[in-house]
Amino acid sequence: MVPFAGWEMPVQYTGVIPEHLAVRADAGAFDVSHMGQLHVEGPMSAEFLQAMLSNDLDRISDGEAQYTLLTNERGGIVDDLIVYRMSHGHYLLVVNAGNREAAYGWLKEREARGTEVRDASDEYALVAVQGPRSLERLGLADAPAFTHAMGEVDGVEVMVCRTGYTGEKGVELMCAEDDAVALWDAVLARGVVPVGLGARDTLRLEVCYPLHGNDITQDTDAISAGLAWTCALDTDFTGADVLRRIKEEGPERRLAAFVMEEKAIPRPKMPIEGGGEVTSGTQSPSLDVGIGMGYVPAAQAAPDTELVIDVRGKPRRARVVKKPIYRKEH
Amino acid sequence: MATESYPDDLRYHPEHDWARIDGDEAVLGITWYAQDSLGELVLFDGPEVGATVAKDGSYAEVESVKAVSDVVAPLSGEVLEVNQKAIDEPETVNEDPYGEGWLVRIRLADPGEADQLLDAAAYQAHIAEL
Repeated sequence: MVPFAGWEMPVQYTGVIPEHLAVRADAGAFDVSHMGQLHVEGPMSAEFLQAMLSNDLDRISDGEAQYTLLTNERGGIVDDLIVYRMSHGHYLLVVNAGNREAAYGWLKEREARGTEVRDASDEYALVAVQGPRSLERLGLADAPAFTHAMGEVDGVEVMVCRTGYTGEKGVELMCAEDDAVALWDAVLARGVVPVGLGARDTLRLEVCYPLHGNDITQDTDAISAGLAWTCALDTDFTGADVLRRIKEEGPERRLAAFVMEEKAIPRPKMPIEGGGEVTSGTQSPSLDVGIGMGYVPAAQAAPDTELVIDVRGKPRRARVVKKPIYRKEH
Repeated sequence: MATESYPDDLRYHPEHDWARIDGDEAVLGITWYAQDSLGELVLFDGPEVGATVAKDGSYAEVESVKAVSDVVAPLSGEVLEVNQKAIDEPETVNEDPYGEGWLVRIRLADPGEADQLLDAAAYQAHIAEL
């Protein structure tokens, strides 16, 4: 167990590699109850969130969800989150545990008339069930990605969200805090393998989902991070003018994904020759090779560019690849 | 994964390394405790044949998905052989840390250094306190 944003979290149950492979092949369960839940309610909540979040909130209807960014005036990223539209005038934001207070504080401070922001993180537990067989294991009907609906798993009432952080088909199940243990036990009883933080990181990195605090921060912008697709630059959210300018001029550096060409495992903060730096790195359990992401000068960011990473003083060759690093074979 | 054990015929370094001494040569590896702490190993970056290793100094690195660790030499000497199987299939070190998962074979520079190492009982007493 390791401390993580004030929570005691398991790095692994049986081992990072078998847990990782179980998610790619079948189904794995992650207790992600540490994540924060913010309710934004009121007749003006849509207008308020449209001004706070980078993506175009008007694109989603009741029962739908959207990946989006909470941005600052410099175009930096306060948090990346998923917004669920519950009804007109009621949105649920699921935010990173480490940014719960920052995100809540940011929104609360800017709360407009006709909107109320409420931190309800302690009222909910969240269990992600991910993998090609996850829905079948849970006895849930399939639904399109980025939708949500109320449902139940063996008598536990849950909000079933077709979202996740692994690149696999799957759901995130939100339930009342008091039902957390019952839900967890029910999921495992259905043959889903428990998965710790270690494999959560290797799974998300293989598909190049950014980790806030590593790959994206308050000081990095969405354009350089390759998240322009989450920014509706024709709307006026915080920092949109800065992002429009970066997009027009072209970013000086970009978040590139790479695969090691030599036996070595990249780790965060390792220098990349030419002025870059690794932000995430690991050994890919699916590909059995060192993989990572890092900011490099824009000229070095094109696929097939050779990079040299300083692995504790030893130069090790890597090659930029198109994101995601790992693609499921169909 | 192997079950926990500390064979009596080995000598141990408190940094979780073992030596199997045979005349003026020794085979080196990491203990069950070390491999268990690191988790599944995915990389063994060893020395070249001919390199010298110094007692208490790092001579290699082992990495799991989540952590990297130096491997400390329990004895000084010259590297005669590096275990290719540990390089090609690092998980061998987890599966058989005292057998197939050995790391290097060295010619001892000073066989007398072995007197400073722990026996199995003393090493187990050492890890019980960690």
